[in-house]
Amino acid sequence: MPVITEVLSRLSDYELKLNELSEMILANIVMLGEIPSPTFNEEARVRFLIERFSDSRILNCSTDEKGNALGIIPGERGDRNILIVAHTDNIFDEKIDHTICVQPQYLSGPGIGDNALGVAALASLPSIIEHLDLKLQSNIVLMGSSRSLGRGDIEGLRFFLENSKLPISAGICVEGVKLGRLSYSSIGMIRCELTCEVPELYDWTRFGAVGSIITINEVINRILEIPLPKRPRCNIAFGSIEGGKSFNALASKAILRFEIRSESGEMVSKVYKQITNIASEVSSHTGEEISLDVLARRHPGGIDFAHPLASAARQIMTHMNIKPRISPSTSELAAFIAKNIPALTIGLTTGDNMNTLEESIEISPIYTGLTQLIGLIQTIDQGYSDET
Amino acid sequence: MKLETWIKENTFHHSEFEDLEQLVKKKKEKNLRISLCIPTLNEEKTIGKEVVIFRSELMSRHQLVDEIAIIDSGSKDRTVEIARSFGADVYLAEDILPGIEPRNGKGENLWKAIYQLTGDIIIYIDADIKNIHPRFVYGLVAPLIYNDEIKYVKAFYDRPLAFSEGIRPSGGGRVTEILVRPLFSLFFPELSGIIQPLSGEYAVRREVLEAIPFPIGYGVETSHLIDVFTKWGLEAFAQTDLDQRVHRNQATRDLGKMSFGILQAFLKRLKQAGTIMKLPEENNVLRQFIAHDSDFDVMEYKIVEFERPPMIEIPEYKLRLKEIAKIKADAGKSENKTKA
Repeated sequence: MPVITEVLSRLSDYELKLNELSEMILANIVMLGEIPSPTFNEEARVRFLIERFSDSRILNCSTDEKGNALGIIPGERGDRNILIVAHTDNIFDEKIDHTICVQPQYLSGPGIGDNALGVAALASLPSIIEHLDLKLQSNIVLMGSSRSLGRGDIEGLRFFLENSKLPISAGICVEGVKLGRLSYSSIGMIRCELTCEVPELYDWTRFGAVGSIITINEVINRILEIPLPKRPRCNIAFGSIEGGKSFNALASKAILRFEIRSESGEMVSKVYKQITNIASEVSSHTGEEISLDVLARRHPGGIDFAHPLASAARQIMTHMNIKPRISPSTSELAAFIAKNIPALTIGLTTGDNMNTLEESIEISPIYTGLTQLIGLIQTIDQGYSDET
Repeated sequence: MKLETWIKENTFHHSEFEDLEQLVKKKKEKNLRISLCIPTLNEEKTIGKEVVIFRSELMSRHQLVDEIAIIDSGSKDRTVEIARSFGADVYLAEDILPGIEPRNGKGENLWKAIYQLTGDIIIYIDADIKNIHPRFVYGLVAPLIYNDEIKYVKAFYDRPLAFSEGIRPSGGGRVTEILVRPLFSLFFPELSGIIQPLSGEYAVRREVLEAIPFPIGYGVETSHLIDVFTKWGLEAFAQTDLDQRVHRNQATRDLGKMSFGILQAFLKRLKQAGTIMKLPEENNVLRQFIAHDSDFDVMEYKIVEFERPPMIEIPEYKLRLKEIAKIKADAGKSENKTKA
């Protein structure tokens, strides 16, 4: 029987058995979710994850100098390494209430889907593999990757791939939401922070002195005038803006955070250059200092639609009645792509109000999402997803 | 035992007991059976999490707790349904000891838990804790497992109130600081060392629980402390710092009712001990006022702090004790079989 057919034939049985571990899986999600873990302050969540790895008696449970959590489930042959990654950080400040609410159909609380569930999947995998009695040939390297979001710029995973002596055959990035997500390519991206600041010696009495909010507004208007092509696809995502301190005092500083994204790396560079010019021009006629910092950069790439790993993922999803939603990614996947390691990103369940304090995830699809992950691990383990 | 010595030797922090493997080993060596009771009344928001965390961490991952039971006072919301959906054993208080006329109150559930549950140690945990964590259980039960002299372990917490940098607030809530601690300081000064006498989380040996009466209302925690102190002395107590406990805040009006009940239980014990001889006949009506335009409405609440007798005096309990012994023996046998 072909490998993929054999794997597919076992999935429904795995899903039933995974339900038997529901208490352990839910407890892991809740306990990890209640540990605040903003980017660069992830130590407590990482410590908890390593404790879980140690309790499961897997090998090499450790952290590294970037604060990643690592553990290895040894394979019977151990001649290949499959890296399973979930980012440990979220966007919420540690001072906000991280209480998770547990109801029969759903769990809710800040960061529950992004990415407490993904990290809980890592914490639960050793028990899941044992419970399903899987005899894997490859080593499964579990990694809670630190410093992923925003300014973190996937620093944890990039550091690991740069410095680890373990050759990685393939990678799977696990995100809590959304089941059906399938990313195996990265788009080009530049993440920028544009700061408008009134110089100390600025003459506030001069005609037309308007403060930084109006200046940044002008920059935005000018950026919006940049013509963007339909092919290759390109967009500018304005993520956040801040500035000013009160109702009537002119703002002396304003900050805009945005990303330029495109299927073409050249197009990203071209748009970035145009924005640099806009910043210089607006600065020259307003007298404000405008700086443009690049916080992260991604290059387009990844595996093809026809790559066996992508194909296996689609077959598993279709077999489990999950509709694949294929989209490029700029998260952990980009670090694998930069190292030419075949990898993909999947989601585990459905959720609502993502990245808000009312974030929630549905419980029952989690078992389908985890079964999909097990199916993928098995196909990679058995070499099905290797390129011939 | 002197109060200072007791505070030094019998006050713990939960982190001292976080080696659960060691704790479970000791529990098995001592052949102890441990039960966890969660009394509930309309706790649909928090009960699911308590059940999931405790069952997963303290029954499956570490076999510290042998049974978890919800004793419900007739919730009108989805408490019972949710608790059952996550695999908890749920009992309605009125179904336990059906031959005895049921009463309403948290103390009634705690008292009936002694009959229903089978542990040598029973841990009581309130159901309204938002930041529930296994430490709430192992922090309380561990002193009883490690030290045979300790019989009653009480929780205390860092309360999340505003406080100045560097000063750690260690005290109770409003009723504790305004009513209970002053009363203890006057009449039972040794008990003033208990940092949060009204906390709803404690672990107690069965031999103690079955021997003390249970006020069914607000006075249950206060009366326990006095009765256990009177019978076994200060050395029977320990207290554990469980860090923060996040829960619903209560309105001052409700605290008034709580204080009224506590005072009834307290004065009853002073009377029994002959400390106060000439108390007037008890008036069980509490009056509170509500401002209404320029008038005040008088609200009258009849609060009677009814007490259940020690469980050991209930005939049905004597029969139940035999069943409990059999359950414990069967559990031991099945564990030995699994090992073999």
